[in-house]
Amino acid sequence: MSKPGLYMDGVSVVFDGFRALNNLSLIVDPGELRAIIGPNGAGKTTMMDVITGKTRPTAGTVRFGDADLTRMDEARIANLGIGRKFQKPTVFDALTVFENLELALKAPRDPWSCLRWALGGEARKRIETVMEEIGLSARAGDPAAILSHGQRQWLEIGMLLMQDPDLLLVDEPVAGMTDQETEHTAALLRRIAGTRSVVVVEHDLEFVRALNSRVTVLHEGTLLSEGSIDTVQNDPRVIEVYLGR
Amino acid sequence: MSATTAPAGTTRGIPARQILRGAILIAILLLALLPLLNHLPADSAFRVSDFTVAVTGKWICYAVLALAIDLAWGYAGILSLGHGAFFALGGYAMGMHLMRLIGPRGVYGHPVLPDFMVFLGYRELPWYWLGFDHFPYAILMAMVVPGLLAFVVGYLSFRSRITGVYFSIITQAMTYALMLAFFRNDMGFGGNNGFTDFKQLLGVPLNTQGARAGLFYAALALLAGSLVLCRHIVGTKLGRVLVAVRDAESRVRFLGYSVTAFKLTVFVLSAVLAGLAGALYVPLVGIINPGEFAPGNSIEAVIWVAVGGRGTLIGALLGAFSVNALKTWLTSVAPDLWLFVLGGLFVAVTVFLPRGLIGLFRSAAK
Repeated sequence: MSKPGLYMDGVSVVFDGFRALNNLSLIVDPGELRAIIGPNGAGKTTMMDVITGKTRPTAGTVRFGDADLTRMDEARIANLGIGRKFQKPTVFDALTVFENLELALKAPRDPWSCLRWALGGEARKRIETVMEEIGLSARAGDPAAILSHGQRQWLEIGMLLMQDPDLLLVDEPVAGMTDQETEHTAALLRRIAGTRSVVVVEHDLEFVRALNSRVTVLHEGTLLSEGSIDTVQNDPRVIEVYLGR
Repeated sequence: MSATTAPAGTTRGIPARQILRGAILIAILLLALLPLLNHLPADSAFRVSDFTVAVTGKWICYAVLALAIDLAWGYAGILSLGHGAFFALGGYAMGMHLMRLIGPRGVYGHPVLPDFMVFLGYRELPWYWLGFDHFPYAILMAMVVPGLLAFVVGYLSFRSRITGVYFSIITQAMTYALMLAFFRNDMGFGGNNGFTDFKQLLGVPLNTQGARAGLFYAALALLAGSLVLCRHIVGTKLGRVLVAVRDAESRVRFLGYSVTAFKLTVFVLSAVLAGLAGALYVPLVGIINPGEFAPGNSIEAVIWVAVGGRGTLIGALLGAFSVNALKTWLTSVAPDLWLFVLGGLFVAVTVFLPRGLIGLFRSAAK
């Protein structure tokens, strides 16, 4: 069996004449860990928005396996197996760590099923496994409002894992984290990839190096360079964009 | 705004939650005693007047309306400023039934047509009045009509992601538009006079102690049933999704939940409860007219919930009873002051008691 990969071809997004994405093409293989870097305004967030259905591309193809993502809304894309972690962690403050993960668990999503939902042993075990993995087992009953910044990021990654996605989009996971938390996060993401594709958008080059993955550099909405971290760091075009102005 | 679920505080070893539960139980028992005390001889010190029974019955209907608003606003973050419309529509459904039951006892003595139709020269009953001579049909319509209106307004708004104050304004416009429509004589709902002069319900003459007690207990049963239903809902995963929608709507969408479906579910359910409350309200007060659609009514109901403490259910009940008790007292001693007091109350609660009277109780219990 083959898991789906992500395929973007000739994607452009135009906002009032401004080209946020300009003829961008990108392929992420099943199970691949990919880092996306680029200066502010390079189109990283817009790219994520297009993949998750928040923004409709003006032109181009976006496919995940056989599914045409440009024709789906956010909820359908999420149910297709694409999870997104936002830059600003948005966990549900009023709910506990356990309840946050429970909402993210793969289960029927309609109101009637939720009304009749009873937590089974298997579901409980799955939630406990993920709490273990993200290191929050001891905080199961605490409301998310009282977690530290790093813990909230991990809870959010945990919520994505609960959905058992085939593609995980992670937006700036280590902003504001301590070195130790950053290291922990890199290890977590490396572990997660392999069974699923993971796309990480990040500014922190030390962290990207720790991910030890293929790197894509975006600039002004288009692909500038692609390869290992050493290749792109020595690419003269990348050096010019980062240092030239 | 996040209503963090405060851990239950304790007073002398008894959890605050249980004190609250006990207080509610005692309050309900005391309420249930009222119609019985109404039967005492007139010179007894414990006799409760007809007026008190009728007014308390009215408050119970208001409490159901408050509960309905709290479910949508306190849990799902949907602030409707038009819930009075659902309440009034339920009231009109019951009013139509009561009008049909008057039969030939009207002033004009027409066997079928209500007085106002004879007066306005109607030849026969409009089609939408058919079926209202049956009680179960009228009750069904008291739920279906508000539910349907909530579905249409909710679907169009939630699907277009109209939230917050914009949705509140739409619901306010909705109730205002309905008020104007119901004021028109050719709508077939009695114009600005509405319906009144009801005679009987389910074979019982309305102007009797027995009928008042029956309606009172029906309202109390509706309140208890609604409270149990709402408690159950907020305790399930459905309730937790609603809280999540309230606090971070787009995040819920990215988790794969259809936010529109959840908001629609709770909004329609809330409208149905409001409709039922209105249906019981009308025989208790003996009149329904377009004034019930007045935008101010809906806003006042939201203030009850804010004063009691939203997102707690019990707070909604507490708010409905306490604000209405204050209103009944104040409008008899100083009627001109009421609107100022109501406005002041809302401002004071927003600034000093964001979690309402319930919040005050919970922090005192700690």
